[in-house]
Amino acid sequence: MNHQPILEIKNLSAGVEGKQILKGVSLTIYPGQVHAVMGPNGSGKSTLAAVLAGRDGYDITGGEVLYNGKDLLDLDPEERAREGLFLAFQYPVEIPGVNSTYFLKAAYNEIRKHRGEPELDAIDFLALVKDKMKLLELKEDLLKRSVNEGFSGGEKKRAEIFQMAVLEPKLAILDETDSGLDIDALKVVSQGVNALKRPDNAQLVITHYQRLLNFIVPDFVHVLVDGYIVKTGGKELALELEAKGYDWILKRETAKV
Amino acid sequence: MSTATETIEDLVKTEYKYGFYTDVETESAPPGLSEETIRMISRKKSEPEWLTEWRLKAYRHWITLSEPTWQKAHHEKIDYQAICYFSQPKPKKDAPKSLDEVDPKLLETYEKLGIPLRERGRLAGVAVDAIFDSVSVGTTFRKQLAEKGVIFCSFTEAVHEHPELVKKYLGSVVPYTDNYYAALNSAVFTDGSFCYIPKGVRCPMELSTYFRINAANTGQFERTLIIADEGAQVSYLEGCTAPMRDENQLHAAVVELVALDRGEIKYSTVQNWYPGDEKGVGGIYNFVTKRGLCKGRHSKITWTQVETGSAITWKYPSCILLGDHSVGEFYSVAVTNNYQQADTGTKMVHIGKNTRSTIISKGISAGHGQNSYRGLVKIHKSAANARNFSQCDSMLIGSQCGAHTFPYIEVKNTSASVEHEASTSKIGEDQIFYCNARGIATQDAVNMIVNGFCKEVFKELPMEFAVEAQKLLGVSLEGSVG
Repeated sequence: MNHQPILEIKNLSAGVEGKQILKGVSLTIYPGQVHAVMGPNGSGKSTLAAVLAGRDGYDITGGEVLYNGKDLLDLDPEERAREGLFLAFQYPVEIPGVNSTYFLKAAYNEIRKHRGEPELDAIDFLALVKDKMKLLELKEDLLKRSVNEGFSGGEKKRAEIFQMAVLEPKLAILDETDSGLDIDALKVVSQGVNALKRPDNAQLVITHYQRLLNFIVPDFVHVLVDGYIVKTGGKELALELEAKGYDWILKRETAKV
Repeated sequence: MSTATETIEDLVKTEYKYGFYTDVETESAPPGLSEETIRMISRKKSEPEWLTEWRLKAYRHWITLSEPTWQKAHHEKIDYQAICYFSQPKPKKDAPKSLDEVDPKLLETYEKLGIPLRERGRLAGVAVDAIFDSVSVGTTFRKQLAEKGVIFCSFTEAVHEHPELVKKYLGSVVPYTDNYYAALNSAVFTDGSFCYIPKGVRCPMELSTYFRINAANTGQFERTLIIADEGAQVSYLEGCTAPMRDENQLHAAVVELVALDRGEIKYSTVQNWYPGDEKGVGGIYNFVTKRGLCKGRHSKITWTQVETGSAITWKYPSCILLGDHSVGEFYSVAVTNNYQQADTGTKMVHIGKNTRSTIISKGISAGHGQNSYRGLVKIHKSAANARNFSQCDSMLIGSQCGAHTFPYIEVKNTSASVEHEASTSKIGEDQIFYCNARGIATQDAVNMIVNGFCKEVFKELPMEFAVEAQKLLGVSLEGSVG
């Protein structure tokens, strides 16, 4: 195993409009690992994803985040993406009139430019895309349509993972990718994610429910409650949460204090 | 949030790159308007008596009118006596016989604008008529066009060389009594483009007029007349720019199109007059009357406009669908940034049977821009089975701009079908962040989103210009969202 972590979150605090949401989160992810962050609604899961991806409107009030040893929070969101950080959105937005393939090609070439590699032309890019499509059982016509426009919930999520497959991130953050998916779609999406796992990349899976983790098996599970990681364990922790609910852990934590 | 606003401000700050001034000796009439001014213009152009009379009738009508005020745009009262109604680059010798004799400074001006007039650098497949202030400085590819019988020349030349056509069609679509600015234009118009496509001829290349206002305190009043005879087809493009000046300048043009049986005219405009600075000082008042008459059966007129310039744009390219089965189309993208105002749209007047019209309007407002769509769909009693589809979409960038829609529908025939769809959206921070999160910088994201929004209109532009229009849109909105 490579001993430089891909991501090191150190005592991160962040909030929105003066309201503290993350209250000192620490988390280290090494290459080849899959980490899951679980927690009840309002615990700060999506804030964590948003802060890591660089969404506007969050105040970082403390701590730091190193990405491949560099200060992540200092980078613009597009720079983070070009450095290989990928966020699969919980609610992918529609961009009417912008062709999906064109969009993805622009994204792909931004990364190549950033690495000092020549941009791919439309023909070569299309060949690459066709190859990756098989992975997600995507219908080809989705790529001819506008970005996410008129896609069903399942199609949107699949399209996100498809983008991930094309962009080959070093760190993929999946923000509640399971929400709104039926079991079949969940399987397809998970298979896709698993197929993309490599010794030199990592995944951070954010989810409310355990069921996704039946398909994407994490090395570590972190339980986020009220802005703190209250417990970290192996994959069996997810099962325990599924059986006992979050109340169990909440009560235990309260008792400790 | 704050980042979003800052970026909007940056976008708004982009400079107008056509704002230069060409130092060329000009011959101008003193400011002011009277019957004498009109006679002077007419004399300068050695016009026939009937035309001088027509101008005077228009002038006498104009003085009985008062400026309309119903538009949703505000401007200081225009002092019509302070405007110079005629300005032309001083000819070095007698009138230039070919482009080689045209003042090199003028040719340079057009080179700088990306419109080469010289043989060598000409735009492939596009014939250009270049209008500088009040007069035409040159028309390219005339010989090649003449071989097909296509007449493409300056309006002044047409008056001398094809008086029968000019007399027959001038004012036949936009009479001088039509409105305040049309009356003014009819009285004082100085030049413009004339185009006639004979029966059954499909014009072998794109025709284009490039308008340039250069002199200060000068109004530009040009007149364009395009006739597609039976079965003829033509695609025509107009482009415009002006130097940056602190005072407002008036551009009041009239465009008349006539399509006979099965004739087709596609008229595209990429309007980039100087829009004024970021505080709203200066800029062109673009008050233009454009109308097409689908006179013959199965005739078709398509207006496509990309309006990114001018301090105020006020125009409604319209179609009178007189011939049975005739078709009118209007595709528009109007961008207002800083303090620009646009009140634009179309009129589709259905008179013939089975006439069809389509209206696609995309308004984009940024900065303090105000953008209004105003449109009329009128179905006359005679227009059995007429059909119209209208779609008006507005996009807002930032929180200080406005979008307004004023659709008017009058239906006098029950067999007609009229559909109207409208939407307003704010360019989403979500959309921009989504692009950012895929490595696409904010400016590129805005361009991508706006271009996506305008796609239905851009695909109607001739290919060479669609690319230009996309770039222009990018420049107009440079710096605008985050």
